[in-house]
Amino acid sequence: MSAAPGFELGHHLPALQVVVPLIGAVICAMLRNGTLAWGWALIVSVLTAAISTMLFVAVQAGGTISYGLGGWAPPYGIEYRVDLLSAFILLIVSWAGAIIMVYARQSVMHEIDAGKRAWYYCMYLLCLTGLLGIAITGDAFNAFVFMEVSSLSMYTLIAMGKNRRALLSSYQYLIMGTIGATFYVIGVGILFTLTGSLNFVDIAERLVTMQMERPAIAAITFLTVGISLKLALFPLHSWLPNAYAYAPSVTTSFLAGTATKVAIYLLMRIFFSTFGEAKVFEILPTTTILVLLSVSAMIGASLVAVFQDDVKRVLAYSSVAQVGYITLGIALANDLGLTSALVHIFNHALMKTALFLAVGAVFLRIGSVRLHDLDGIGPKMPVTMAAFALAGFALIGTPGTAGFVSKYYLAAAVIDKGWWGLVFVIAASSLIAVFYVGRLLEAIWFRAPGALAQKASDPPLSMLLPIVGLSLAVIWFGVDTRLTVDVAHNIATMLLGGVK
Amino acid sequence: MKLDLILRVMTKFILPYILVFALYVQFHGDFGPGGGFQAGVIAACMIILYGLIFGLPAAQAIVPQGLVEFLIPLGVLIYAGTGVVGMLLGGNYLEYTYLAHEPSHGHHLGILFVELGVLITVASTMVAFFFAFAGRKRT
Repeated sequence: MSAAPGFELGHHLPALQVVVPLIGAVICAMLRNGTLAWGWALIVSVLTAAISTMLFVAVQAGGTISYGLGGWAPPYGIEYRVDLLSAFILLIVSWAGAIIMVYARQSVMHEIDAGKRAWYYCMYLLCLTGLLGIAITGDAFNAFVFMEVSSLSMYTLIAMGKNRRALLSSYQYLIMGTIGATFYVIGVGILFTLTGSLNFVDIAERLVTMQMERPAIAAITFLTVGISLKLALFPLHSWLPNAYAYAPSVTTSFLAGTATKVAIYLLMRIFFSTFGEAKVFEILPTTTILVLLSVSAMIGASLVAVFQDDVKRVLAYSSVAQVGYITLGIALANDLGLTSALVHIFNHALMKTALFLAVGAVFLRIGSVRLHDLDGIGPKMPVTMAAFALAGFALIGTPGTAGFVSKYYLAAAVIDKGWWGLVFVIAASSLIAVFYVGRLLEAIWFRAPGALAQKASDPPLSMLLPIVGLSLAVIWFGVDTRLTVDVAHNIATMLLGGVK
Repeated sequence: MKLDLILRVMTKFILPYILVFALYVQFHGDFGPGGGFQAGVIAACMIILYGLIFGLPAAQAIVPQGLVEFLIPLGVLIYAGTGVVGMLLGGNYLEYTYLAHEPSHGHHLGILFVELGVLITVASTMVAFFFAFAGRKRT
């Protein structure tokens, strides 16, 4: 399996996708100086994003890429396998990482102690490494290792928050995340005992001939519950609001844009390209359970979001609700449903990152994200808050924004199944979103400015650019759906046609 | 601990043997149980034992905090760097075949460097844990 001697960039892209941020992270830790480390981390994260783009183009042109790590042929060695789904997720995660890194310098200078800044960037890049690793690896156990890499660094990133409660919320996340990872690895262990393989493709091939007996059902249950903890599916989301609320602004944006998305990717990988939808959805009551939980998230978490008085918590509960949209799409297990789930992974990453970055800019200026401190801040930070409003409209699902596209496809998927009741649930959830987003916008734009808001102004350009860029992208992808819908549709076809 | 003569003398006596044992476990990793992780923990035990008996400042005089914080990423860099060298010489990432003229030598060399990286990172991480806990002020 070894390549011909001589270095060829195109051949090594899958390895470089993970190796570049990994080596970048350790060099970051050696640099010690915060600003220097930021500059380095920016170069590394942009490079990583460039690699993911090249991979995406290569996969679209030439199909799935397989890379045997250490020269060991799969399924014996660890395989890095980039199909369209992986490439799509890699693209989202690495670009989110790069865009947030542009923003990070000022925000980190404000929120992290000078001595810890280089370590902060080191952890950021390590987390990026882990998330990209989960998305690129074709090996179930290797995915667990990367899950731990990303989670452990994420706990650190959260614990660095200025508020002392950041430590507690990081600890909460650590306990829940560890339980999730344990469940996942138990599931992988059972699968390994059943099939004797850890390679997703190989497992899938071996499972085809097997009956879905108890061990296989136990495996799928453990895997689903474990991953659901990581992706904050409704009753397992308790770690999320605190982690989002007390983490540094950069961490929150990064966490919201990437971490739950990668967990959702892993769930899709297990459901559709390992077990196959026939086994997951026809033999087990997965559909009923997932639909019920998704609907509870869409309605319950949205309702909770209405009554929060911390802007970050409003957005955090909204994230739980939005994950509900995505899992609903997965639960439908039809072409349109998966398309909507994938499109929403992309769109939600876009708008939530924009929203949290804007909130981070507010925190930089006034040192608070409580709603009554934001009264009337709109006219004082016009550009930031206009971007915030745009992304907020997308969160509701206003036509012309990216949020509408994903909700449209979700509704179409539900109708395709003939479950008309769910259309009303989607509408109701959007209506509640109008309330919680409207409540924020009303306070920000239409109230008299308070003492704190009086002295606010737009943040420095390095922070403003990512915010504005992302919120314009929210509009762009609301109109031009070639990158999102067309690719998502191809992925959905691939996933549904893969394992029978 | 100033008065505890036996502990002080025995510690000084035992330290070099701990390090030799660590290196034995390290290099024996090719042929039997052992390897970088175990060796790293044993090597760190040497510093930790010294710190327990002679106090934190004495231990930090041997291995300053800054050095420890430099060594943790260095080990990972050696590990990842070995993979990159394999890549530059024509193999896949972490493929050792092309590291030497003969594949078996290459594999031997590759695993040696990788385990060295593991040793450095594990040992310095253990020492960093000890420093962090021992250095906490009573509140």
